[in-house]
Amino acid sequence: MSLKQNLHNLKEKYRGTKMEQTFNALHTFLYLPNMTTHGGTHIKDATDLKRVMNTVIMAMVPVLIFGMFNAGYQHNGQIYGFDTIQFLTLDNFIVGLKKILPMLIVSYGVGLGVEFIFATVKKHEVEEGYLVTGMLVPLIMPVDLPLWMLAVAVVFGVIIGKELFGGTGMNILNPALTIRAFLFFNWAAWMSGDKVWVHGAVDGVKNAAGTDAISGETILGSLAANKEVGYSTYDMFMGFIPGSIGETSTALIIFGGLFLILTGIGSARIMLSAVVGAAVMGLIFNGLVDSGVILEGSKFYSLMNFPFWQHLIVGGIAFGIVYMATDPVSAAQTNTGKIIYGFLIGFFSIMIRVFNPAYPEGVMMAILLLNVFAPTIDHYVVQANVKRRMKRLKVKTA
Amino acid sequence: MFNLAQIVKFARFKKLVLTISSINMSKDIRIKKGLDLKLKGEAEKIVSDVARSKVYAIRPSDFHGVTPKMVVKEGASVKAGEVVFYSKNDEAVKFVSPVSGTIQEIKRGDKRVILEILIAADSQDTFVEHSAKNPKDLSAQEVKEKLLVAGAWPFIAQRPYDVVANSADTPKAIFVSGINSAPLEADLEFTMAGKQEALAAGLTALTKLTSGQVHVTVRPNATFLPSVDGVTVHKAQGVHPVGLVSTQIGKIDPINKGEKVWVVQMEDVAIIGNLFLTGKLMQSKTIALAGTGFEKPSYVNVTFGAQIADVVAGNLKNGNFRIISGDVLTGDQKSKDGFIGFYHNTMTAIPEGDDYDFFGWNLPRPNKFSVYRANMFSFLTPNKKYDLNTNTNGEHRGFVLTGEYEKVCPLDIYPMQLLKSILVKDIDQMEALGIYEVAPEDFALTEYVCVSKQDHQRIVREGLDVMIKEVG
Repeated sequence: MSLKQNLHNLKEKYRGTKMEQTFNALHTFLYLPNMTTHGGTHIKDATDLKRVMNTVIMAMVPVLIFGMFNAGYQHNGQIYGFDTIQFLTLDNFIVGLKKILPMLIVSYGVGLGVEFIFATVKKHEVEEGYLVTGMLVPLIMPVDLPLWMLAVAVVFGVIIGKELFGGTGMNILNPALTIRAFLFFNWAAWMSGDKVWVHGAVDGVKNAAGTDAISGETILGSLAANKEVGYSTYDMFMGFIPGSIGETSTALIIFGGLFLILTGIGSARIMLSAVVGAAVMGLIFNGLVDSGVILEGSKFYSLMNFPFWQHLIVGGIAFGIVYMATDPVSAAQTNTGKIIYGFLIGFFSIMIRVFNPAYPEGVMMAILLLNVFAPTIDHYVVQANVKRRMKRLKVKTA
Repeated sequence: MFNLAQIVKFARFKKLVLTISSINMSKDIRIKKGLDLKLKGEAEKIVSDVARSKVYAIRPSDFHGVTPKMVVKEGASVKAGEVVFYSKNDEAVKFVSPVSGTIQEIKRGDKRVILEILIAADSQDTFVEHSAKNPKDLSAQEVKEKLLVAGAWPFIAQRPYDVVANSADTPKAIFVSGINSAPLEADLEFTMAGKQEALAAGLTALTKLTSGQVHVTVRPNATFLPSVDGVTVHKAQGVHPVGLVSTQIGKIDPINKGEKVWVVQMEDVAIIGNLFLTGKLMQSKTIALAGTGFEKPSYVNVTFGAQIADVVAGNLKNGNFRIISGDVLTGDQKSKDGFIGFYHNTMTAIPEGDDYDFFGWNLPRPNKFSVYRANMFSFLTPNKKYDLNTNTNGEHRGFVLTGEYEKVCPLDIYPMQLLKSILVKDIDQMEALGIYEVAPEDFALTEYVCVSKQDHQRIVREGLDVMIKEVG
């Protein structure tokens, strides 16, 4: 008997048992099921949620691989000197792989574990939402985050952020950002500061002179402390800088964003309006400096003086805009709403980034904030349609 | 001098005049939001007659919301056009036999619900004879009376709610779509050719039934439609659902709360017209047999309620095919011992998709069509024709993607928001979001493109039923 037939027989065997959901999840991963339409349209589009999620994951793969190289590059560069090493080397990749693969495994293992348990208990199919979340989670973490913290946060994020609302499609907040926010507020020292962004800084790897060899400060961290930024624009854009694993390479993020737009899966409205929103806020701050409102010596000086377009290529804003703000479930759902939603995310990201001294990155907070307000934005957009209908009625009865 | 109140009054009056005049004018409609699914198996433009079935059926479920009260008993003999049952809620509305014969069986289901009434056909039809009169010379009451008595009333459907019209109403307007735009649907230009006289009589009859306008929408190059006094003709072009009457109503004169409009299918207008011209209600039409399940997709003349085995005899391929009375988006699944639906102008046969597909959820599939570009490359071959099967291509999920339904829905509504308001049975919200303007068929395309594989048409039907119950 063929594999197909064997699996079909097993599916029938497990129907109605506790194994049903788990088996079906694995089975539908191998085979598109044999279900046919009943009672509605007799044909259906070839795309389902799995295919959609798969496309989003494909858009993240380049960023993930770059992140592995960069984790090694930052680590080795600080020990041996950036001038002496190349970026695309096996050494760099292996250092990154050793750090990041376990995070990926923990993220998927724990997250899908929770999903499978919920599916079995609640007797629904295992949904695909976590396939994307599980990939996003390591990409927005500092490289030295302990795995057990990650595991705890994933459990929290999946249960509180998603399953309590009813699973994929029902959640209010982006689950990956819920996980990150949980980590940030519980273990702030592991999620910010100048220790965690480059592998080795936490362990206090010493150089020959006996001082700390590795400083893990990000560009935004330096700016918040009004220090010099030691990176060229090219480095910032290409991503040869410290930061969360997947956030550094604006070039590859733009590539991923274009891929999502061209495949029709990511919302161009959200991405573009967010870029505009961030640029506007950045320009306002630049203007404050130029017009002399903010003087050198102010604690906001460096961040406000940082050119608006450079704000877009450092920190997590590009990653947040492309991969997290576009999450269709937690974003605004109307076309007009998406433009407003995106704009405000960009706008608030830069505002929070500049004004929050403890945590010089705002995109996470901005997206979570707008996740909460997305239904409100939609409400007012939809009201315009409702009012048009009411007005038509009034004209008729006048 | 004018005072403010007068100016306001004048402005309102002018607005009213403008509104009315804009309704009277013929419109050019262009539909860009939508989707023409290109399928293989288009019906060739030749017509043949099918053998007379031994058994014909009337199925009350074809008339949504009608509770039948039987007039005849099993064993009774009926003429073609003789009343078989009437509607319990609107007793004037009669449903008549399509053929002359004997009532063979009244099939009942749970709680004695009547599923179908089987009529063993005589070898030839004897019709109930009504007077033949030009509807031009009849009063509104006489036209209505005739349609009711002859059993032609069920051809008239009411919006909102997509149910058989209430015989006590006078609608604000009547809409007839002269475009069949669903995939593989019968071409009106072909099936209506040579029926000008009947169409003219039918449309004239309809003009008597409304205090407002009779709106007919056709393609710009349509030639089958006769010119009739009192009928406003609109030209529409673009993609499906350009032929759905809700699309046309939305562009011409949208339905407001409390208003009722009636809709009649073009094929049925011809049958109504024929009734006035000949005095007989001949329940037959030319339908398309389409789809790759047929050896020779083509047109056939059939009588309503004919058994499907007889209609498809000798034409259906061997193999695992689904027979659909209607088109692939809105039709009813039937077996060979089933019967043609009352309102259907097409019968489609497509392959069943009850098989597994190894990594079918992520690998490109050139034999399938997708509006998305998620590892699917159908967008590169926009004119390619597909042989799509009935596989759902995925499992049922919660609503996730947004903005996709809007691309295939030309109505001025928010499809997902309306669907969600129906799911939570929020009547005020359904009303605010435009439930009065939609029928289940308007959600066929959103259902097709839904990656969460939700049953949009079923949801909308339930929403409409809730509204009938709560608002009426």
